[in-house]
Amino acid sequence: MSGVRVLVGTRKGAFILTADGKRQNWNVSGPHLAGWEIYHVKGSPVDPNRLYASQSSSWFGQVIQRSEDGGQTWAPVGNKFVYDGIPGTHQWYDGTPHPWEFKRIWHFEPSLTDLDTVYAGAEDAALFRSTDGGQIWEELSGLRTNDTGPRWSPGAGGMCLHTIVLDQSNPGRMFIAISAAGAFRTDDGGKTWKPINQGLRSQHIPDPTAEVGHCVHRIAMHQSRPDVLFMQKHWDVMRSENAGDLWKEVSGNLPTDFGFVIDVHAHEPETIYVVPIKSDSEHFPPEGKLRVYRSRTGGNEWEPLTKGLPQSNCYVNVLRDAMAVDSLDSCGVYFGTTGGQVYCSADAGDTWAPIVRDLPAVLSVEVQTLP
Amino acid sequence: MIRVVLPAHLRTLARVNGDVEIEVAGQATPQSVVDAIEERYPMLLGTIRDHVTKQRRPYLRYFACEEDISHESPDTPLPAAVASGAEPFFIIGAIAGG
Repeated sequence: MSGVRVLVGTRKGAFILTADGKRQNWNVSGPHLAGWEIYHVKGSPVDPNRLYASQSSSWFGQVIQRSEDGGQTWAPVGNKFVYDGIPGTHQWYDGTPHPWEFKRIWHFEPSLTDLDTVYAGAEDAALFRSTDGGQIWEELSGLRTNDTGPRWSPGAGGMCLHTIVLDQSNPGRMFIAISAAGAFRTDDGGKTWKPINQGLRSQHIPDPTAEVGHCVHRIAMHQSRPDVLFMQKHWDVMRSENAGDLWKEVSGNLPTDFGFVIDVHAHEPETIYVVPIKSDSEHFPPEGKLRVYRSRTGGNEWEPLTKGLPQSNCYVNVLRDAMAVDSLDSCGVYFGTTGGQVYCSADAGDTWAPIVRDLPAVLSVEVQTLP
Repeated sequence: MIRVVLPAHLRTLARVNGDVEIEVAGQATPQSVVDAIEERYPMLLGTIRDHVTKQRRPYLRYFACEEDISHESPDTPLPAAVASGAEPFFIIGAIAGG
């Protein structure tokens, strides 16, 4: 029987949650790499036992760990992330120039076709690639040296490249998102990039429709329709029909259009999920009710999903990399909270149950569907 | 032979228990000791000092014979007691965080 493996990054280590296809009885393994911040854990689509983990701390910096056995054992690989050439400056919070400084890796995206190729999104924002399984990293500097780079500025969480979306139908195409610069696309394998922020409107920046400066929190895409993108922006849920060339708002009847996560159902490309969060500053669910919202129409019309989720006194957050879907016949949806809960719905969001309740604050959730 | 006391997380990363004993070619200095540590335990590259600039990471300090030598030149010779192995060279993480 097929099963799932959920990869959870937390403030104090990684956890691996496994279950068979029913997704009712779970085995919890961890903490792995205990005591370190694990921003992201992700497996290779080519060999699901190949995992990468971003392990970091304020004391010891960045370590990259790799597993060849689905997370049972780990070994450090390369952690040398050096910006190409003279890095120059981006904008600091107050608009003054600030030098690019590497802080950590937020997100991995292993190649869809090559076991040893993996992309890594960094803070301060840059995209790195390894073609030897993570031993040596080189910057794809065409992104950072895009002529908008000096105008990028950090969001509250730092100037992080947190989203990398690959297009399996077009190996040269890739989408990335940066807080708070916006979304970018390459069509030549990462040599050159263009901002794809037309249609975004951000009232908190001096020019609400600027080419860059938008705090994009997450982008999601269904591989069957790679030109259709969904975005959870700082405020506004957005949709693009043309690979990001133009966005339109699809927040519709959401109770708040602020949030971090967005994801797409594995088998229904018009079914999408968000978790509305109250802002500014509060960053917890409206009315203390933890609700996932689902749209079956690709946006605009949303329904709250509450069964099994706390509907009173809930003040957790769901961070941008902390939602994932599996590809079993009945699509499973997963998300983790800053309160340490990881929830699973084995029926596409209709009902929810916690897999675990008391982990450290969850930073990221990925899921692998295993044969 | 020089004894080095690593922070607990770096001992875990390097897969060692207790003090680390290393040989240093030439004069024992903070730089030569960390060079030798990184050569023996390459998984520690970048965790004690920056890969490129070789500057000590800001949340770490070096101690020898109960003295904080973090801000001395990395080429300053270590005390004879540390160079002989009688006293350890400490790499200490700041007590901070949650």
